[in-house]
Amino acid sequence: MKAPAFKYHAPRSVAEAVALMGSLDNARVLAGGQSLMPMMNLRVAAPDHLVDLGRIAELARIEADDEGLWIGAMTSQRAVERSDVVAQACPLLAEAIAHVGHQQTRNRGTVGGSLCHLDPGAELPVVASALDAELEIAGPGGLRRLKFHDFAADYLTSTLAADEILVRLRAPRQAAREGSAFLEFNRRPADFAIVSVATRLRLDGAGAIVSAAIAVGGASFKPLRLGEIEAALVGKAPDEATLAQAGEAAAATPCDGDELYPADYRQDLLGTLVRRALTRAALRAGAQTHV
Amino acid sequence: MFDAHDITLTVNGAEVRARVDARSNLADFLRHHLRLTGTHVGCEHGVCGACTVLVDGASARSCLMLAVQADGRRIETIEGVARDGELHPIQAALSRHHGLQCGYCTPGVVMTLIELERDRQGRVLGEDEIRAALSGNLCRCTGYQGMVDAALELWGANTE
Repeated sequence: MKAPAFKYHAPRSVAEAVALMGSLDNARVLAGGQSLMPMMNLRVAAPDHLVDLGRIAELARIEADDEGLWIGAMTSQRAVERSDVVAQACPLLAEAIAHVGHQQTRNRGTVGGSLCHLDPGAELPVVASALDAELEIAGPGGLRRLKFHDFAADYLTSTLAADEILVRLRAPRQAAREGSAFLEFNRRPADFAIVSVATRLRLDGAGAIVSAAIAVGGASFKPLRLGEIEAALVGKAPDEATLAQAGEAAAATPCDGDELYPADYRQDLLGTLVRRALTRAALRAGAQTHV
Repeated sequence: MFDAHDITLTVNGAEVRARVDARSNLADFLRHHLRLTGTHVGCEHGVCGACTVLVDGASARSCLMLAVQADGRRIETIEGVARDGELHPIQAALSRHHGLQCGYCTPGVVMTLIELERDRQGRVLGEDEIRAALSGNLCRCTGYQGMVDAALELWGANTE
């Protein structure tokens, strides 16, 4: 089908975009359009106004400093995939981005669009969760910062107000002796993940785990952090038994099921992927033990 | 409601000026307004890849892009690929390897392969890379092997 009629706006600045979102009824932000346009063509979304951020150049930049990366909301997924800066500073994001859709959709799909759309099968929200990423948001009162976990609210729903837009994502720089891994399972590459897992492990000089992050997608309407399992890993060596135990514990996480992939199937996947991702992260962190 | 926008873009190297309705997508603009019907419309929600064109050199689903978003952009479609009646080498290779049957997906496949050729910058490509690029183009009749063979003949390890 074709999209229903709407009025199109192409602001040239963040301030102009915020003013438009605050003054228009039933307006939606158009980022890369790789989710919103299908929803409009299928008539499950029918905004009266589209506010296209594609003409605001400042929103499509990747910047790096000592602590990490600032990734503009309108940065294309393909630009992230091709960025040496991202590969070096945030390998977890670089690894995950190749799983996002197809190259034909990554060319136009954006980092901010995926984060705001919050599809339960999407990769970038899971990465943002594992990174404890911060989001910078512009509204009528100026800029504010929000932890990703205070941003993801519900199925396809963020806590952004109607007159706010996402400006950029703060991703911390990977620390020394830290390793990360992103894994997902689906029936064909490039499909939405049935279950995805993003992990980070940091080791001390003796090889014991100093900190762990495990974020899971596909188990629920928004990314989950497995906080208890993370805490239980701290202080231990990342050996085979410890990581297998973490995988078993992860498999007990309550999962949503549907007619295609029931909850117990997702739990099985989750247990396996958590164990494998932690193993890979430990090796990348320089673990000497035989994991 | 007609929300008119004047746009200027280049399509296959030629400048085009037009007045479009905001809700008109790029695929429909190319087909209905410019009569460039080589760009095919399959699913209209970004899954099948039949409508793939190049936007500033990068492959994109033209059913998921508004014509008004193409203002100022450089669009390449299948009509610009063959030159002076001669098939492009990618088209000729697809033909040699039976990489098409009904032809519905073929314009999108060719545009994806043109992007792949430009991106490879002379590198030898493996089958995995070729299949990953083509995974965004659904074909319901050839089964892809002919397309992969065509790309391998052009850019694979044994051809340098």
